[in-house]
Amino acid sequence: MQRKIIGYTAIGIFSVVAPMLFPNYQTQLAFLWVMVVFALTWDIVGGQMGYNSFGNILFFGIGMYVTAIVQRDLFFDANEFVEIAGSEESLLSPAEYLTGLGLGMGASVIVCLAIAIVLGAGILGMRGHYFAICTLGLGIAAGEIFSGISYVGAGSGLVTPVFPEAMGNRSTFYYYMFFAIAVIVFFVLKFLYSSRFGLALNAIRDNEDKAEAMGLYTTRYKIMAWSIAAVFLGLIGGGVGNLIGFIDPIDVAFAGTTFGVWMILMAILGGKGTLWGPVIGAVVFHITQELFWTYLLGWQRVALGLLIVVIVVFFPQGIMGYFRKQYPAWFSKATEISETSASKQDTA
Amino acid sequence: MTGILEILGVSKRFGGVVANCSVSLSVPNGKIVGLIGPNGSGKTTLFNSVVGYHPIDEGSIRFREKEISKLRVPEIARLGLMRTFQQTHVYGGMTCVENMLISSPGAQSTLSSIFEMHNIEDREKADSLLQFVGLYEKRQLQAGDLSFGQQKLLEFAMALMAEPTLLLLDEPTAGINPTLINGLIDRLKRANSEFGITMLVIEHNMKVIMSLAEHIYCLAHGESLADGTPEEIQSNPKVIDAYLGAV
Repeated sequence: MQRKIIGYTAIGIFSVVAPMLFPNYQTQLAFLWVMVVFALTWDIVGGQMGYNSFGNILFFGIGMYVTAIVQRDLFFDANEFVEIAGSEESLLSPAEYLTGLGLGMGASVIVCLAIAIVLGAGILGMRGHYFAICTLGLGIAAGEIFSGISYVGAGSGLVTPVFPEAMGNRSTFYYYMFFAIAVIVFFVLKFLYSSRFGLALNAIRDNEDKAEAMGLYTTRYKIMAWSIAAVFLGLIGGGVGNLIGFIDPIDVAFAGTTFGVWMILMAILGGKGTLWGPVIGAVVFHITQELFWTYLLGWQRVALGLLIVVIVVFFPQGIMGYFRKQYPAWFSKATEISETSASKQDTA
Repeated sequence: MTGILEILGVSKRFGGVVANCSVSLSVPNGKIVGLIGPNGSGKTTLFNSVVGYHPIDEGSIRFREKEISKLRVPEIARLGLMRTFQQTHVYGGMTCVENMLISSPGAQSTLSSIFEMHNIEDREKADSLLQFVGLYEKRQLQAGDLSFGQQKLLEFAMALMAEPTLLLLDEPTAGINPTLINGLIDRLKRANSEFGITMLVIEHNMKVIMSLAEHIYCLAHGESLADGTPEEIQSNPKVIDAYLGAV
């Protein structure tokens, strides 16, 4: 227990000082937390619940758009905004900027929740491959739809308001925001997985018919899990849009071939269906990827492709799965559950 | 006297195949009732109809005086009517203890209870039931790593964990080591007498069903063929003909 607290504290302190230690890499570090959130949220439905989803990127993109639109329409006229946004100077005071950002991210949470419930009720009745293929369509369709709506900039995308200079460095601000979101996601999931809800999701993964026969309202839990993932993706999407500063419907918002695939890979690399697996997978993947960009420029996509093959062939159960097999004693989660009653029976 | 489960004139067709034709049976409270019949006689179809796995074409199914033929699977389970499967259905990726914990009645009661932690009572009950079926030593193993027979025992323990009023058991002894069958019969009887669980049991093993059930229904070709005490069934020429294929 004490070792755990020391571990969390060490990670916490390092994360807080990291932007000061590596001031040139703040944007990359901010994206590290985005990757952690990607992997953790994908794993709720894809890992713990066993429903492989290729469409989670949908909520990320929607969050990005909703936030940016609220930010724009709160203080600007949509038609004028395109022209004034080109300037480098910030037109908003810090208070205005934060109001817009806060309201925008709040709105994206609500919108993503509503969409997740409606869509989930429709498609979570499908199982296995059918669900996977259906979600694949979601992200692609959303990208195409947003490319066609001129109110959101259509194919030429949308710019976000310029970050006020008075608030310091943009990357530093978003680094801490994403760090906070990642920490919240981690602890919310840690709580959920140790409650009955976590076991209910595992039960759905292992045998959905049995779960129903035992009286679990599986559809309800599936929609809840999917909605939790959607809410956090929408939240972080709103922030990422502002960090990048420009929202392209297909390459940034609904980037199924990059972010959409990576979130699955990171979860698998680290070990799906575990809490720490997606976190470890995201860190390893993101660092490897940045190294490829730095040292293998021109070949980075090839190297990434090779990495994916290596992950799937040699670590089908992920890093956590590998260690669980080698050192089962480290993973005594279940032992803790009945330790109290077991020791009672031993003494009796 | 009406039983806890009343099946009246239930029919179920799959396309042109008549799986159940106007089947009626009654399970009195607190008893163990047997359901036998040759392969393909519609026993499992009847079970599936009762638990709401598929809609029935005709008839009525009443559980504790309440019509349940229109309800869905989890709703019926929550009323206290549960079933075990002929092929084992356990949560293979979870340990035995976890399989038990998620079967606790608390896990199904209200929406907020799903977000609660596992309480000590549940854990103790899980351990004692695993001891009851003889799986306590294996409680930390993944359910998927257990043998077929052990998975059946675990499934039985999970059903007990959920505290049903009526338990439908689909061939509880199929695939179980013959030396363990006597132990299982004993446990079924104890679950009936100690926990007060009414049971409806499908069984092919005549020795088992004759020693277990107080009343037996026999199905053949989807229709009720006969019913009576084990002795009456054993000496009924129609039943013998059905099993020997001389109909």
